[in-house]
Amino acid sequence: MSAGSLPSGSQVKDPGYPTPSENYLTNSKGILSWLFTLDHKRIGVMYLIGVTVAFGVAGLLALMIRLHLFQPDGMIFKGEEANNWYNQVFTLHGAIMVFLFIIPSVPAALGNFLVPVMLGAKDVAFPRLNLCSFYLWVFGALFFVSALCASGLDTGWTFYTPYSTTTDSSVILATSGAFILGFSSIFTGLNFIVTINTMRPPGMTWFRMPLFLWATYATSIIQVLATPVLGITLLLLIAERTMHIGIFDPEYNGDPVTFQHFFWFYSHPAVYIMILPAFGIISDLISVHSHKRIFGYRFIAYSSIAIALLGFLVWGHHMFTAGMSSLTTIIFSALTFTVSVPSAIKVFNWLATMYKGSISLTTPMCYALSFIFLFTIGGLTGLHLGTLATDMHLHDTYFVVAHFHYVMVGGTLVAFLGGVFHWWPKMFGKMYSEAGGRLSALLVFAGFNLTFLPQFILGSRGMPRRYATYDPEFAALHQMSTWGSMLLGFGLLVALVVLLRSLKSGKRAPANPWGGATLEWECTSPPPFYNFERAPSVGDPYDFSDLEWDAEDERYVKVEPAREIVPEEQPEAEPVHADDSK
Amino acid sequence: MSAHAHSEDDHSADGHDFAHPMSVQTLLAVFFALTFLTVITVAQASFDFGAFEVATVMFIATVKAVLVMAFFMHMLADKPFNAIIFIGSFVFVGLFVMFTLGDSMMTSHSFEPRVEELAPAVAEPTITTVDGAP
Amino acid sequence: MSTIEASPEVGHDEHGHDHDHPPFLAHHFDTPEQQFDSGKLGIWLFLVTEVLFFSGMFCAYAIFRALRPEVFEGCSQFLNTKLGAINTGVLLFSSLTMAWAVRCSQLEQHKGLVGTLAATLSCAMIFLGVKAIEYSHKFGMGLLPAGLFFYDPSNPHPTEHPPYLAYICAPFALALAGVLIWLVVSAVSGNKFQFAIAKPLSVVCLCFFVGVGLGTVLESGEESADHIDVHADPNGLATAPVMEQAEKTMAAEAAPAIAASGAMVAVDETVLKILAKDPANVGVVSSQNALEQQTAAAGTSTVTGDGEILGAITTTEVDVMTPTTAGVFFSIYYCMTGIHAIHILAGIGVLVWLLVRAVRQDFNRQYFGPVDYVGLYWHLVDLIWIYLFPLLYLIR
Repeated sequence: MSAGSLPSGSQVKDPGYPTPSENYLTNSKGILSWLFTLDHKRIGVMYLIGVTVAFGVAGLLALMIRLHLFQPDGMIFKGEEANNWYNQVFTLHGAIMVFLFIIPSVPAALGNFLVPVMLGAKDVAFPRLNLCSFYLWVFGALFFVSALCASGLDTGWTFYTPYSTTTDSSVILATSGAFILGFSSIFTGLNFIVTINTMRPPGMTWFRMPLFLWATYATSIIQVLATPVLGITLLLLIAERTMHIGIFDPEYNGDPVTFQHFFWFYSHPAVYIMILPAFGIISDLISVHSHKRIFGYRFIAYSSIAIALLGFLVWGHHMFTAGMSSLTTIIFSALTFTVSVPSAIKVFNWLATMYKGSISLTTPMCYALSFIFLFTIGGLTGLHLGTLATDMHLHDTYFVVAHFHYVMVGGTLVAFLGGVFHWWPKMFGKMYSEAGGRLSALLVFAGFNLTFLPQFILGSRGMPRRYATYDPEFAALHQMSTWGSMLLGFGLLVALVVLLRSLKSGKRAPANPWGGATLEWECTSPPPFYNFERAPSVGDPYDFSDLEWDAEDERYVKVEPAREIVPEEQPEAEPVHADDSK
Repeated sequence: MSAHAHSEDDHSADGHDFAHPMSVQTLLAVFFALTFLTVITVAQASFDFGAFEVATVMFIATVKAVLVMAFFMHMLADKPFNAIIFIGSFVFVGLFVMFTLGDSMMTSHSFEPRVEELAPAVAEPTITTVDGAP
Repeated sequence: MSTIEASPEVGHDEHGHDHDHPPFLAHHFDTPEQQFDSGKLGIWLFLVTEVLFFSGMFCAYAIFRALRPEVFEGCSQFLNTKLGAINTGVLLFSSLTMAWAVRCSQLEQHKGLVGTLAATLSCAMIFLGVKAIEYSHKFGMGLLPAGLFFYDPSNPHPTEHPPYLAYICAPFALALAGVLIWLVVSAVSGNKFQFAIAKPLSVVCLCFFVGVGLGTVLESGEESADHIDVHADPNGLATAPVMEQAEKTMAAEAAPAIAASGAMVAVDETVLKILAKDPANVGVVSSQNALEQQTAAAGTSTVTGDGEILGAITTTEVDVMTPTTAGVFFSIYYCMTGIHAIHILAGIGVLVWLLVRAVRQDFNRQYFGPVDYVGLYWHLVDLIWIYLFPLLYLIR
């Protein structure tokens, strides 16, 4: 909002700064106070560190893949085992990114920090379960590491049978890891559903919840409903490998297509576990940084739930060429298109929110804008793949790779970064360098497009995915993609440096640096360990009318007009400050 | 939320407002009904209902399940929301089983060597390896 | 340790009444009812995940049954209906005692709570004992998942096989020994609290072997029926006293449940008698009969090349009883009942925890949540068995 001084004669409401004994980061000391904490904010921070490490590892693997593909014959892995190495690297890249990074990134890391604070609650409903799910994540990660150390994994992250029942690599370790991670995800989701249902303070009705909470709620529904099926699928896969139970293994009369059904019944909804929280972040970011009420609040809220439920009806579109019956493929293809409706509703509403808003091009907003652009491309190319006829041509090509990277990286990762930049001042009480942040957003955007736009072309020309070598005619596009990945990696590094530097030398963050109206901006930055001294008064989460920019302290403050008591003789008259009803 | 809406004064000494003890008679009656239905299930197995057999068995099992859910799991006295989410889960189970089973039945002929199809396989032993372990 | 537990009381004044938290109320909840509702919703959601978890196996079951109904029909003959029926009864009874336990905790009947929980635990152990017999018997016959299947109809009971039953019983025997030692030590040292826990637990552990005994008697009855032909009535008569004894042991512990327990015996006898009277159930597990049925079902299609392809199977074998067909049935059988048994074990774990807390008199009318939650879980385990029993044991 425009700079200016505060209107005189009004009451300024600002929580100020926390004392070190209140600050959740410093109120108790020592490593054990972190490892055994039940504070949702500390658990969120530990998740944040964990997923960042996982992302770093998997990102380096991605760079290895891209570097290898710089030359048609492969640049990095040489010799007899070159293809094996390549298989292992892309498998681990996929598995770690999916199970250890994207799925827990927004819901577990940001969600843990934000859900209770946004809700005005003191903690999640089950703090011990919350800590337990973090440690399950750690154990799952350890299983993955041990699989890596044992004999690698080369099945692709999907563990398709019959290859996964015959390969020599450590499928059992990796699937056990994914099984454990599944439980971590279930418990997080369960916790959030219960928290949102039972712990809302008085006044926080369903339709006064920030949209991030709606998105988290929808995500949690999927986590609770879909993840158990992954659990049993992986368990049966382990049984298949150890005892040959003959359910998935054709050698013993099993049916590999059944495995794919089981797997995608979880893994397609899991795609929405990955993207829905990103939608929630973007809804909040767009509204706050445009300083304008979100357009179509209820539509965005309902569309999150709609996506969550429709997501269960479309898993078959991953299997069009796997040997399903033609009737099933047609049904799944038709159902796939229904998902585009709620997704489009969201995009239109975001655009309408920005329209005539006063947009501040802050770092989070830059990420949010780039999200809308990239996600739209990712979503629209999904329609090509959902169409039965074109998918026959595009299946298992780089077109698919580009499509889901546009959704998962251009969507979820970019939204995650936007969210981290947006809530970083709240989480750690420090402002980062705005210029550095914007530079990182630009680099990520440019690098990402340079990496994955050429892959659409590669795919439509017939370059199959998961190949370690390729025809020389594809070389130029592959090289472009590799250069892009370097740029993307550099951009992400810049983002990391900007954020880490702010911890050392950043300015102290005010309670409300962006002018957000949701509850987390009403407590200090960083929040005290009990979140709110007294239960906050719950207002409209997207009403920015009483927020004013305080240029002197570089912060937004809530300005309340001087209160006047309604005279006794006319009790039906409205008090001056009671005009915030929707 | 509801927890706040009507819980302002539940610290009184009687405090029975959210505990709904089930009477012993009800519990015993449900138990005997369940046992009786078990007996029926076992007994019906000796008659041949042909194609209806699975339906009969599943029907009896579902009646038993409803009894357990309604009384032992206090679903009748519980908040409707809890019942909705639990019963709602069966919708998703239905979706999952319906699509997967339907597709499997439509495609099974393509991978399952039928008993009768094995007859010509004797003449051409190479095909029988589809069925057998090497 | 935790940052929160050290925190001073905060933020409760918004309701206008400043109440102090009772010890059972977690810091972040305002009222016991809010805490109870949260827990209840949480456990229902957990049950939802359990339903979907099992749905995978039910789906596999449906697929393979639709594919090969004759295999399921034939293989189901190898499952002992009597044992299945008795286990169903035992689980239903445990559900009754569990629901009763919830009632006791709501009414603050502490003794009754301990008794009903112990009864539930005892039933769980009997169930596992019977299951141990079923499993070890089938392991011995080679009725195993597809990859390990080695059943040979010409020699259905190979004499040389590892003592599976002993392997399964060993951990329970250890547990029994441990609890008994604990019982003696706590009695000698005069620790009343520990003694009050160890006493019901020792009965609980004993009940596993009651279950094993029960299973053995019924299973061996089946053995004789294998070779001679009738003897259903002697079977029923022989087992009834054992059952009665089992039920009495349990009932003696579960004081409030005595009446129901007696009824249970009666009902189980009814089940047995019905089973026994029915001529179709006489030689249920007779492998020879089953084979004949499958021969009929599979028609005349004996494959001459079978001997070469499926080395372990004799050449005269009908193709239903091959690892790739019957094996899949037993795979599904072991997966479903095995994971169900794991749930029973987990249930035993939490029930023991409840028992300890019940002895400590932790629960009151404001705080009975844990009993209720575990109860819901236990009923779900029962619910799943309600479906498993007819789907696996009663295919005709």
